Amino acid sequence: MRAFLLRRLVHAVFVVWGVVTVVFFLVRLTGDPAALLVDATATREEVARTRQMLGLDRPLYVQYVDFLTSAPLGDFGVSIRERRPAMRMVLEHFWPATAQLALAALVLAVVLPIPLGVIAATHRNGLVDHLSRLGSLFLQSMPSFWLGLMLILLFAVALGGLLPAFGWGTLRHLILPAVTLAAAPLAQNVRLIRSGMLEVLQHDYVRTARAKGLAERGVIYRHAFRNAAGPFLTVSGLSLGFMLSGTIVIETVFSWPGMGRLIVQAVPGRDFPVIQAAVFLFAMLFVAVNLVVDVLQGLLDPRARVFEDAG
Amino acid sequence: MRAPRDRVALLGLAVITASVLLAAVAPALAPADPVKNDLLARLTPPMWMDGGSAHHPLGTDTLGRDVVSRLLYGARVSLVVGFSAVILAGALGVVLGLVAGYYGGRIDDALMRLGDVQLAFPALVLAIAVLAVVGSGLGNVVLVLGVTGWVTYARIARGETLSLRHREFVEGARALGARDAAILWRHVLPNVLPSITVVATFSVARTIIAEASLSFLGLGIPPPAPSWGAMLDEGRNYLTTGWWLALFPGLAILAVVLGINVVGDWLRDTLDPRLERGL
Repeated sequence: MRAFLLRRLVHAVFVVWGVVTVVFFLVRLTGDPAALLVDATATREEVARTRQMLGLDRPLYVQYVDFLTSAPLGDFGVSIRERRPAMRMVLEHFWPATAQLALAALVLAVVLPIPLGVIAATHRNGLVDHLSRLGSLFLQSMPSFWLGLMLILLFAVALGGLLPAFGWGTLRHLILPAVTLAAAPLAQNVRLIRSGMLEVLQHDYVRTARAKGLAERGVIYRHAFRNAAGPFLTVSGLSLGFMLSGTIVIETVFSWPGMGRLIVQAVPGRDFPVIQAAVFLFAMLFVAVNLVVDVLQGLLDPRARVFEDAG
Repeated sequence: MRAPRDRVALLGLAVITASVLLAAVAPALAPADPVKNDLLARLTPPMWMDGGSAHHPLGTDTLGRDVVSRLLYGARVSLVVGFSAVILAGALGVVLGLVAGYYGGRIDDALMRLGDVQLAFPALVLAIAVLAVVGSGLGNVVLVLGVTGWVTYARIARGETLSLRHREFVEGARALGARDAAILWRHVLPNVLPSITVVATFSVARTIIAEASLSFLGLGIPPPAPSWGAMLDEGRNYLTTGWWLALFPGLAILAVVLGINVVGDWLRDTLDPRLERGL
């Protein structure tokens, strides 16, 4: 177990290094980062001064080593638009706004599918089964932001402002964005739990449990669901990753003051320190989620520790 | 269960064919110029509503441009980006995956670790950041979505190659003196293609949605060129006065992507039943 944890940790550190390197080279894609890091109206002298001030006139490897030591500590320089530390701005938008939205959506997408998936499996070709099949097909085939627009059209416009179309602060404001973000993974998770349950229900121990005369509820939730829950953990992790990137468009639709909207707004102003900091934080959250899921999986299922190297 | 699935897939194929045809003959079909403003006719509702006009079957947008025409031309953007980005990603990924799986060792390690790093970025975040640097536009969107999409293909191609490289027919070809490239091309690639085709089909669907998302955020196809995502971006500020602007481009995306997804489901069941369902 310790070897497994250590291996996962080393891998995560490697990925973080890769992420920092990508973010470093990102602003150097066009050759001159100084031109990107100043105002669009800057004169040539101002660009030169910025280059010197930010140390961009030093050799590339010196800049790289410097970046490797400062970026993981959250130092991405100062926002061009707001003249404040870029990472602090990103964190202020992540917490609480983005975290609230992503967690609310995660709860919807992970908790609701448990009973729904079990019902879909135990009542094959029933209402829940059909609805979840259609739902997952349709929801995967539409952009989430369009679903958001349609929900606004329905709840905020057609139903005369039953729910607010945008803004942040109260629980009512949270409902539409969270439902929009959760809809597609929710439907997909119902399908996954269903297929996991269908497989498990065929096993001998389920038959034994029934033969012992246990109540059907106990058989299903105590014996079957527990064994179907393994893959579900991975899926929850994937869902959380999906939610994090989904927040970018959803926050834009609902004017939600989170880091997704921050990065989108930073693009036209070419606020590269903010873009870099946000990209870095997004990637770090992704890596952290994957690490936690892998470790939990390893704790719950010893087989995962052995197999994880094979893939 | 077999027959209805086939029928649904056939319907999906019909939708895809129809959209390709409509996109191809857009100039002949479109009732108006998709980028020509007509401020006097702005926000004309669809023809079946009060104030609608037969000249604009699905109404006009805030600059008086004809919605049907913009949808037809927008199909070109979605389909071109969807297919060319996936072809680029697939070609890149398959070549790298074949090489990694066949030669193993350091090349394999380096490529797979590179894939790990790439997957640490949410795809949309990486696309936004790169487009912010290199600028938006059709070519850049295809490049970004194509180049960042290689990992899945590489992993599949690598896995298949690993399991094939010591099989008799590959060893035999090698013993007969075939060059590595020829072995990969003639003996390994054909075995990789079924899984790749299935994954690529779903990728076209996802790429069309990704392009729409980027254009919706103002980072994809720059105005005034019609793109379904950009049309939704324009429409979202007029939900109370021009609901049709937010409805129709979304329905267009839904129809095409749904068509591709059901064909993908069918391909998966037919070509590669081993691939996981529902993911």
